[in-house]
Amino acid sequence: MTAIYGLFDKPDAAQRAYTGLKRAGVQTRDITVVSAEPFEAFEFSHRDHSMILFRLALVGGIVGFLAAVALVRGTELAWPLVTGGMPIVAWWPNLVIIFEMTMLGAIVTTVISLLVAAKLPQFGRTLYDPAVSDGKILVGAPTASDAVREALTQSGAVTIKTIDL
Amino acid sequence: MSAYADQLTADLLRPLLKTSWRFWFLAVLLTGVVSLGIGAFAYQVWNGIGVWGLNWPVFWAFDITNFVFWIGISHAGTLISAILRLVNAEWRRPVTRCAEVITVFALMIGAMFPIVHLGRPWLFFWLMPYPTERQIWPNFRSPLVWDFFAISTYLTGSSLFLYLPTIPDFALVRDKTTGFRRRVYSVLALGWTGTTKQWHRLESAMQIMAIAIVPVAVSVHTIVSYDFSMAPVPMWHSTIFGPYFVAGAIFSGIAALIIAMAALRKFLHLEKYLHPVHFENLGKLLLMMSLLWGYFVFGERMTTWYGNDVSEMTVFWQTQRLSYAPLYWTMVIVNFVVPVLILSFKKTRTIAGCVVASFGVVVGMWLERFLIIVPALSHKSLAYSWGHYTPRAPEILLLVATFGAMVLFYVLFSKVVPIISIWEMKIGQHPQLAHEHKSADEKATMWRTEP
Repeated sequence: MTAIYGLFDKPDAAQRAYTGLKRAGVQTRDITVVSAEPFEAFEFSHRDHSMILFRLALVGGIVGFLAAVALVRGTELAWPLVTGGMPIVAWWPNLVIIFEMTMLGAIVTTVISLLVAAKLPQFGRTLYDPAVSDGKILVGAPTASDAVREALTQSGAVTIKTIDL
Repeated sequence: MSAYADQLTADLLRPLLKTSWRFWFLAVLLTGVVSLGIGAFAYQVWNGIGVWGLNWPVFWAFDITNFVFWIGISHAGTLISAILRLVNAEWRRPVTRCAEVITVFALMIGAMFPIVHLGRPWLFFWLMPYPTERQIWPNFRSPLVWDFFAISTYLTGSSLFLYLPTIPDFALVRDKTTGFRRRVYSVLALGWTGTTKQWHRLESAMQIMAIAIVPVAVSVHTIVSYDFSMAPVPMWHSTIFGPYFVAGAIFSGIAALIIAMAALRKFLHLEKYLHPVHFENLGKLLLMMSLLWGYFVFGERMTTWYGNDVSEMTVFWQTQRLSYAPLYWTMVIVNFVVPVLILSFKKTRTIAGCVVASFGVVVGMWLERFLIIVPALSHKSLAYSWGHYTPRAPEILLLVATFGAMVLFYVLFSKVVPIISIWEMKIGQHPQLAHEHKSADEKATMWRTEP
């Protein structure tokens, strides 16, 4: 597959290209915008919002909680050692472990979810140009049709390139 | 790229790409200091823990003081960074990574001490909850096991909290380097490109991490305080210890952060990014924590004095008037009097003023930890169980080495990672960018007016 992309100096030019690509018939989900920093003030940056990470963090926290309850209760029942006159299953001290493992579950799940959702790590060929690190904004589409090339050119792309993915 | 972004990238990548003789000199010097500590530890392992000044009834001293002190210092970073991120304080941008690094390294150093102190440190893995063939599990009712869980969680969370926002910067460095360095940074960047989806997910993850890490940070030092307050030892068995330790930890952490930022500003020439206003804001925070610390000390002392329990008063007078009084009053002066005098006035709340106050606080907070531990153990309950503690060379060398290790880790980190988040600094320019757009009548390109 031959993809095409343009590099833009300014975010407003990237926005024009994004709008132009949509008018050229490219589906929103197929347009790639790559930048060295997020641009919250522009429409192209307002795709892909999702609360999935928050939900998964909650699930991770619940899993951590259940694992902690099983660990402390199971351990104390398996090795019923009386300490300091406390009951065998002593919930006050157990709460410390349960709290920490709940939070650990939420934190680790968040990071794993981020990696999966952001498709990291990825070391294969992808729609990217090192010029992005120099401040350029890449706007690309998966098909290098004339209409797409025209949209990128008219939006003020400083460079237009194609890439085999 | 705008001239600002160009300059920013060049300034923040300079320490990574150019190495002066000063770096090597400092690295060798600090490695020497750390080697002394490693030597002292090896000597202790070989000969047994008897080479320390510990003796009945004082079995906790420098090692546990260092543990509590460094865990406290670790509160500078992640906690402050998380709070500033959550309230979206704009001035946080150059500060957060400097702070987060402190957390990770201070935690690593602090967490080492319970292991050092075990006497047989090679058996530290007995703390881990794993089923052995002898069916012996950790006792979850022991504060030492709570420490293990709390510190492990905090270290994991803080390391990830530090790593995640550095991924885009690693990608930037990847694109600016060649050869071996490029390969290393490619791995660290995980193939980050900077798609809108990646940015959204990263920002969501950072929000969740910030929310999760604040209660974890508070819990860590509360649990460290439980190492003491769960024991029926005079002046330890107190309900105030949890918040008192947390406040003290944040206090010493802010002081460490100010010192680190001043050093970075001076030696890496970051005057354009670490402005006097950053120090002034942190100075105000340090002042507030100094007052809070004074309030806690007053509350603790007043309650003890008014209760007039014989065993507690014995320890109390040791610190107020007797053998530990010089250390105690030094602590009060450097933790309270000096910071309040310096930081209360705008004229003295300069970078130099903040650094002087911070050095005092770091010393004072180490003394505070020492004075919580040693006087109580050396004058516990009945007079027949009283004793004295005098440190010997191995534990003094270990203490010195921890400071050397902290500076060494920090120097090495700032050599391989941009010590200020480049992409976050660039975002700091965006409100201005958006304004420029409006004034240029290019509103049609803005998402708000997109048809």
